[in-house]
Amino acid sequence: MKVRLLYFAVLRDITGKSEAEVSLAEGTRAGEVWEAMRRDYTKLAAYEHPPLIAVNESYASADTLLHDGDELAFIPPVAGG
Amino acid sequence: MGHLTDSPIDSSALVREVMRRSDGACIVFEGVVRDHHEGKEVESIFYDAYRPMAEKEIEIILDGISREFPAVSVGIRHRLGQLVVGDVSITIVCASPHRAEAYAASRAVIDRIKETVPIWKKERGPSGEEWIGWQGKC
Repeated sequence: MKVRLLYFAVLRDITGKSEAEVSLAEGTRAGEVWEAMRRDYTKLAAYEHPPLIAVNESYASADTLLHDGDELAFIPPVAGG
Repeated sequence: MGHLTDSPIDSSALVREVMRRSDGACIVFEGVVRDHHEGKEVESIFYDAYRPMAEKEIEIILDGISREFPAVSVGIRHRLGQLVVGDVSITIVCASPHRAEAYAASRAVIDRIKETVPIWKKERGPSGEEWIGWQGKC
């Protein structure tokens, strides 16, 4: 299945991109994608626990099952206002 | 939809949108870019957002406020992009027949925006630039 992964703020700076389409095995959970990102980017290696997670524009837990066509974003600490 | 803008915020226009003839109080909160943060000089702030989700999260906040403060009419504008010291980054207008609930609602709105809405800021100054909140929080 394919999931659209969005990168914002510090994560966009670290990855050098604003989005990517990733191919995942059926049954992949949102938190597992964070684990893969930590392996890919050494700057994230220290962040064992993911920031907040959003699936399809709503907050979701790390054990949320992903589905084909989902939009996934990791939400660094927010700082609006 | 439409709480986010790339343009300077016209707070007076937002007041005119929000105010009703029955309102006797109007609290206008403006968040402004200041020249320092935690002892460091700040020259500008870049605001980034997950726009569609930020709009939805602001709607969720407005729904909660309308339940808790049914007498209060609320308007929110948050500016994104590159802002300099003195620029208004957010305006929150709360109007109600009497002042107490407007004051309370204004405080609640800004507190909740800072907690849940996916907006980020990168501060820039003479000592470099930094995404606020990232270090040591995750």
